[in-house]
Amino acid sequence: MGKTLAEKVWDEHVVRSTEGEPDLLFIDLHLIHEGTSPQAFDGLRLAGRKVRRPDLTLATEDHNVPTLDWDKPIADPVSKTQVDTLRKNAAEFGVRLHPLGDIEQGIVHVVGPQLGLTQPGMTIVCGDSHTSTHGAFGSIAFGIGTSEVEHVLATQTLPQAKPKTMAVTVNGSLPEGVTAKDLVLTLIAHTGTGGGQGYIVEYRGQAIRELSMEGRMTVCNMSIEWGAKAGMIAPDETTFAYIEGKPEAPKGADWDAAVEHWRTLVTDDDATFDKEIVLDASTMTPFVTWGTNPGQGVALGANVPSPEDFSDPSDKLACENALDYMGLEAGQPMRSVKVDTVFVGSCTNGRIEDLRLAAEIIKGHKVAEGTRLLVVPGSVRVRLQAMEEGLDQVFIEAGAEWRGAGCSMCLGMNPDTLQPQERSASTSNRNFEGRQGKGGRTHLVSVPVAAATAVRGTLSSPADLVPAGV
Amino acid sequence: MDKFTSHTGRALPLRRSNVDTDQIIPAVYLKRVTRTGFEDGLFAAWRNDPDFVANKPEYQGVSILVAGPDFGTGSSREHAVWALMDYGFKVVLSSRFADIFRGNSGKAGLLSVPVEQDVIEQLWAAIEADPATELTVDLEARTVTCGDLVAPFQIDDYTRYRLLNGLDDIGITLGNEADIAAYEARRPSWKPVTQGA
Repeated sequence: MGKTLAEKVWDEHVVRSTEGEPDLLFIDLHLIHEGTSPQAFDGLRLAGRKVRRPDLTLATEDHNVPTLDWDKPIADPVSKTQVDTLRKNAAEFGVRLHPLGDIEQGIVHVVGPQLGLTQPGMTIVCGDSHTSTHGAFGSIAFGIGTSEVEHVLATQTLPQAKPKTMAVTVNGSLPEGVTAKDLVLTLIAHTGTGGGQGYIVEYRGQAIRELSMEGRMTVCNMSIEWGAKAGMIAPDETTFAYIEGKPEAPKGADWDAAVEHWRTLVTDDDATFDKEIVLDASTMTPFVTWGTNPGQGVALGANVPSPEDFSDPSDKLACENALDYMGLEAGQPMRSVKVDTVFVGSCTNGRIEDLRLAAEIIKGHKVAEGTRLLVVPGSVRVRLQAMEEGLDQVFIEAGAEWRGAGCSMCLGMNPDTLQPQERSASTSNRNFEGRQGKGGRTHLVSVPVAAATAVRGTLSSPADLVPAGV
Repeated sequence: MDKFTSHTGRALPLRRSNVDTDQIIPAVYLKRVTRTGFEDGLFAAWRNDPDFVANKPEYQGVSILVAGPDFGTGSSREHAVWALMDYGFKVVLSSRFADIFRGNSGKAGLLSVPVEQDVIEQLWAAIEADPATELTVDLEARTVTCGDLVAPFQIDDYTRYRLLNGLDDIGITLGNEADIAAYEARRPSWKPVTQGA
């Protein structure tokens, strides 16, 4: 019987397989940031262990770093301690680090792909749940905890029970103005936050094939938001074209050998999945969240749901709690929701294509009175590319704040946070209570919805905008 | 890691589903570089509310958390496990756990026990009727006991074996050094490296 993409990549990485024990998997790339690594390095030090493969390890600073005044010492003493600790650990253990101020610094999941280190058929881990992003290249990529970070540092392997496999087939084409973000938010509203639990998911079908690498990364990034172990997309010409010429991509004969192998990384026709979900992209519309988990979403054109709409008692209670926290009335049109802050950025939507799309929509418009727009590139490279294309000027002329690279308001570990009751439309990945600042209210949105919302001050799509200059 | 065989203690009924790791410990509490001292961050936002169940006098000194479905979703932060342990929890019960949280808890020695939602409902009712009610979670027998209620739970043999014996994962893996070296020797040369190419 044939194998799925996930099974092929998994099997290629098994170091040791014994009945009754999890498989021991080799890890091709271990990404590190300052947030979840200090205790792992400390564990190594205490046990007198070394980093086994510094040459398969890469560190960057992203979770805590300021997006203003990044050339000055970090003002928050606790953030500074974490960043200093990473620098000390990287130097002591010989790990390559791209610190704040370095041209390759940025969100770890933006940096890996742009360096060309993320390639098809790899195993990639990081102490961050959005590691699933790298699955867009046909790799098995997943988030791990700090004990596992220590395990990978010490052994370059990880014991893992083999997950089940699931196919999410998205037929048809996304309508104009509907993005990968809308697709994945629609999917999560369909499955709930636990629907993918225990599965490695392969996204396939026409709509997935038609996505750019950036769009594929957005979809795979949010795999964790419906509980999946990892999300993957089989590599194809789009993937190879993206990787070719990147700094760490294979070159010459190595490139040919690599591509030849990558072409085998597809699910065989006679392979079977443990579960399948089929969606139709052609009926999808701009999609936003109303509640406090990523599964609590509706079409932008719909109304805020009522607890009465849910039959399951725990869903009903969750709806009541969410409406209360979010300060929303059941039945209120989503388009009537007034937004204080719009955040464009994060590992979900902070890549160059996202900034181009936001700039295209916002060009010639002004950010609405009483609304602020924060644009945070995913990496320094993305920032410089955007500036070369003049996108920064478009944002600044519209009245937006053009910032430095990092995780920023996605999780509010740096000074970019919401105030209590402040409402955001955010291109990030989590609308949990307090995620973007204590008491902050987050609506997850696509880049076009974010840009249009910044102009109108209420949740909007570009179709709601009066053309600029009219 | 300490060995875990069986634990008996009073429990906190947390009637909430989708308790994500941002609720268990908000990001602002993650900045320590040590493995301990995270108890202040546990449920930090909710604990500001005097009516929050964990603030009630009858639930001080609890060691078992009985939570709604989809516990530990979201961020991979192991600090969520450390915060629960620093606060005094030895066991968390829920009808469904997020994968990363469940993995992390097994590594750190916090036992996450999946039981059916109707068992959770019965436990909530029993604890709320009498907060002095004690629960026993027996890893050897794979059961949760509360008065007359005896509910079995599933845990994979390997994790159970490690927890029962307090074994360190890294030590176990390093015992297979020869397998790792052999795998490294047969990796394709075009695989990317971060330095020394």
